[in-house]
Amino acid sequence: MEKEKVIEVQDLVKNFGTFVANDHLTFDVYRGEIFGFLGANGAGKTTAIRILCGLSRPTSGSVRVAGIDASRPEEIKKRIGYMSQRFSLYEDLTVTENIELYGGIYGMTMKEIRPRTEMLLKRLSFTEYGDTLIKSLPLGLRQKLAFAVAVFHDPEIVFLDEPTSGVDPITRRQFWEMIYETASQGITVFVTTHYMDEAEYCDRVTIMNEGRIVALDTPANLRSKYGTTSVEELFVKITRPQKEKA
Amino acid sequence: MKRLMAFIRKEFLHIFRDYRTLIILFGIPAAQILIFGYAVRTDLTNAGIAVLDNAHDEITAELITKLDASEFFDVKYHLDSYNEIDPAFKKGTIKAAIVFPGDFGARLTREGSAAVSIIADGSEANNANLIVGYTTAILNDYSAGLTKQVTSSVPVINAEVRMFFNPNLKSHFMFVPGIITLILILTSALMTSVTIVREKEFGSMEILLVSPLRPWQIIIGKVAPYFFLSLVDVIVILLMAWLVFGLPVQGSVALLIAECMLYILLGLSIGILVSTSANKMENAIFISFIALMLPTLLLSGFIFPIENMPKVYDYVSWFLPPRWFVEIIRSIMIKGTGFVFIWKETMILVIMTLFFMIMSARRFKIRLEEGEK
Repeated sequence: MEKEKVIEVQDLVKNFGTFVANDHLTFDVYRGEIFGFLGANGAGKTTAIRILCGLSRPTSGSVRVAGIDASRPEEIKKRIGYMSQRFSLYEDLTVTENIELYGGIYGMTMKEIRPRTEMLLKRLSFTEYGDTLIKSLPLGLRQKLAFAVAVFHDPEIVFLDEPTSGVDPITRRQFWEMIYETASQGITVFVTTHYMDEAEYCDRVTIMNEGRIVALDTPANLRSKYGTTSVEELFVKITRPQKEKA
Repeated sequence: MKRLMAFIRKEFLHIFRDYRTLIILFGIPAAQILIFGYAVRTDLTNAGIAVLDNAHDEITAELITKLDASEFFDVKYHLDSYNEIDPAFKKGTIKAAIVFPGDFGARLTREGSAAVSIIADGSEANNANLIVGYTTAILNDYSAGLTKQVTSSVPVINAEVRMFFNPNLKSHFMFVPGIITLILILTSALMTSVTIVREKEFGSMEILLVSPLRPWQIIIGKVAPYFFLSLVDVIVILLMAWLVFGLPVQGSVALLIAECMLYILLGLSIGILVSTSANKMENAIFISFIALMLPTLLLSGFIFPIENMPKVYDYVSWFLPPRWFVEIIRSIMIKGTGFVFIWKETMILVIMTLFFMIMSARRFKIRLEEGEK
């Protein structure tokens, strides 16, 4: 069965001066997939995500996101959602105001936003929090809401940059349930994480090291290929030898 | 456009929800007007003085009454000896002491001139100068009257001074334009640089850049509310100046507002430029303060006249927008001049605005392409 590709990356190279941040990356992401992106800090994850989101141009290679070439970032931006651990919603605005802001930025009208907001709050059992300022919500709730806001405009792909950093295990669990639900609706989830157990939840995992992709497969295949019992062990095994060589 | 409106709405919500921003926007202008208006008076009213009259004649008595009757002085003490002068100053209730020698009246009528000593409190140099000036003026005025009576055949040159545009030399006339200049720099440059840097510091700038909002829309969205609120500030200050201090705008109000808009635009582009060089709000505040507030206060001619400065500072001030703006609003508000007389200053501001806009647009683009973590 031919699966539909929503992200196609061919020989992506990104240089900053003489430093090679992304060294000939090639991979595809399929519709409705949960695609994990792993790698130590400085491995080139952030650079790759920035290019996929249209924030930065590749030095060479071809990148298509949601069927659109990276040379037209404005069109890509309309079709994706984004959430990072660093910022989740404006603290001095209420839950509803934040939703209305992002809906508005993504070109939705108030007529579309209002009923969807109500549905969303009901689904998250957030109804009584509608007029609460974000700053008085606990971190876990904020992260869940931030995710809901990132997919509020029905993007084709949502990019999650370490979305569960600093969140307690129960909320992380609930968060992943939301990710599954989103993927089941056909929204592709592209997620970076440094929790190795979370890598096991992904359909496929990419491991990056020093600007290159060193492994890409389902977690189960990777484990059997390298003879490890967990992705964590695998990660150490793959990234260490090269570190020592250098 | 719809996207931009949603964004601008959010910016207003930020402003109205943060009482600190509101204080800076509206509290500080009001406070400054009142402080400068009532407390920081550079003109003299009812300064306390002491008089040591050794002559006790008709003329000295008349002079003392004259001093006391003027709106500038209030005779607090009639002293009996030199020893009392020092304690009177130390009590702090007087700013000057005037000593008439024993033969004052006699000499004046006999020789046509006599000496008086004026002892002023030099610890307040400005006041001391004013006091000496005013006292001398009152005494001269009196002696001129005398001379006229006695020898009416000798022509006496009597200079009658009139201050154009500001007949009573009121200091409000000087400080209201200065306050407008200062406040506009504060609200436009400082506040916008801080609000843009805030997005960077919290990481929300990333989210906005990933959204379909174009970078220029983000900047306009951040800046538009401050443009509007700065204008409101101008109107508040003008109304206060008019209602509280009776200072009307002599020239065209429309021209004044238009010039203010130009200056706000200039401030906003400086603010955007500052925001591209600062990654933390404290840095933005620091840069704005050192680079904008201090020069505005010191070198714009708002407090210290540029004419009295060493030439170097005069040249430095050429590069400071406030210098030209203070000149423009003084002309419009106080002299009531039209555009014909201030077009040069206006052109300088227009060029500066374009320069800063281009600079900040370029810097902003470079920052985007470098990619910030």
